[in-house]
Amino acid sequence: MICDLCGKKKATVHLTEIVDEQLLEMHLCEECAREKSVQMEQQFGLSDLLAGLADFGKQVKDYDKVKAVCPSCQLTYEDFKKLGRLGCSECYTAFQDQLGGLLKRIHGSNRHHGKTPGIVSVQALPKTDSLLDLKQQLQQAIEQERFEQAAELRDRIRELEDKKKEEKA
Amino acid sequence: MKLDDLIYHTGQWLKGTGPYSNIVMSSRIRLARNLFSVPFPNKASKKDLLHVLATVQDAKDKIDYFKDATLFQMNELDSIDRQFLIERHLMSHEHSSNPEGKALIVSQEEILSVMINEEDHLRIQVMQSGLNLHETWKIIDMIDDKLADILQYAFLNHWGYLTACPTNTGTAMRGSVMLHLPALVMTKQINKVLTAIAKLSFASRGFYGEGTQARGNFYQISNQVSLGHSEEDIIQNINGLIRQVIEQEEQARQALILQNKPMLEDKIFRSLGVIKNAHIISSQETIELLSMVRLGIDLGLVKNIDRCTVNELLILIQPAHLQKLEGKKLSATARDIRRASLMREKLGGA
Repeated sequence: MICDLCGKKKATVHLTEIVDEQLLEMHLCEECAREKSVQMEQQFGLSDLLAGLADFGKQVKDYDKVKAVCPSCQLTYEDFKKLGRLGCSECYTAFQDQLGGLLKRIHGSNRHHGKTPGIVSVQALPKTDSLLDLKQQLQQAIEQERFEQAAELRDRIRELEDKKKEEKA
Repeated sequence: MKLDDLIYHTGQWLKGTGPYSNIVMSSRIRLARNLFSVPFPNKASKKDLLHVLATVQDAKDKIDYFKDATLFQMNELDSIDRQFLIERHLMSHEHSSNPEGKALIVSQEEILSVMINEEDHLRIQVMQSGLNLHETWKIIDMIDDKLADILQYAFLNHWGYLTACPTNTGTAMRGSVMLHLPALVMTKQINKVLTAIAKLSFASRGFYGEGTQARGNFYQISNQVSLGHSEEDIIQNINGLIRQVIEQEEQARQALILQNKPMLEDKIFRSLGVIKNAHIISSQETIELLSMVRLGIDLGLVKNIDRCTVNELLILIQPAHLQKLEGKKLSATARDIRRASLMREKLGGA
């Protein structure tokens, strides 16, 4: 089989692309494949893809402008957008505002419904102003005997409820 | 168990048994797990990596299921050994590069393998023969629970298991099924099927892993979404999709028989003739011919060869395996010769 691009060398790399629901097959020699892969990398690298998703809609909020840095591994959100990989589990808390939207765009959901490990690590919970979310988190914290976190949550719920009452008054 | 012993055994997932084994070669589930408060491998120092390795090794020693499993340290293996493990579907290409601090646990019969310090601290994989995702899930769920009793995983209630790449977050589970779809290819319906699969957010790849062209009509289909659904729901969805693909393949096989049985028989038996008699053969040609022979077995036309032999050969014909069999490095041409002699030997040729 001869290379589809240069038409000279033997095709050794076989590429399948889906463009507009059409499956395209391409047979390339090693040289052309390398060139094509550089182009592909530029167009479709996972990190770019994630970065693209991360910027989706250009909802520039204040926190996007502030340079988010993970206090644990020092990864910045900009680094993540370039690498497509997070540095540690604490990054999830450090970038929770940005990641919430990103996860939703990748998976169509940002709430876990699967299994839970035996030992749950104690991590900072995402900031939320939803009473429902907070109450759910409180319930889970109590069930898992994370009492310090539960106390924190209880205080935040009280604070919010007081605020609501004040607003109504 | 020594690494070289693996070559004389056939992994359980290649036995050619289990539900729909005429079309489904194997089912596989992998879970990504990370240890709490240790940087992910891409950000980890050598010390961190060694800490993870020691922690997982310690856990392995405490769990009964791992009693007969072997741990291979990547930096103690040469490039052919590492390639050999990739070819056996026990680890990824990525796991082979930068071997420092990386290891692989392999169980007897190769049902279970655990990559330590690949993209995530742990990548647990279980494989079974045939369409068997529920059984596969039961095994991996049990192993994961046992590890979770000892290891402290990185996990958040609302986002699930935390992984280096957010495309894996949540269940961090990837279920995949390896299918043999020669009739859909021959009747030129495969593109339609693959397009439909992509539309439903499932990925399809070749037999030889990520980024490979589907060769010899073997396709691997897996879920893309890992957050928002339970593991059981994801498995249910894959099963539903796979059943439809199986039905399409079965219909296409029947259509081929009805339309032109002699031509189909001719194609199958010519393939068998070539593969049993060739003296030099490339891997591409071998895979294509083996695919036809497998179809012949599935349709009851080829009687003296079993499916397990064909499955096993699909693994043995790869470069590192041929070199292990021969016990020395072989050039590409020497491999083509060795591959042909292996075929004659295993299929009873001239």
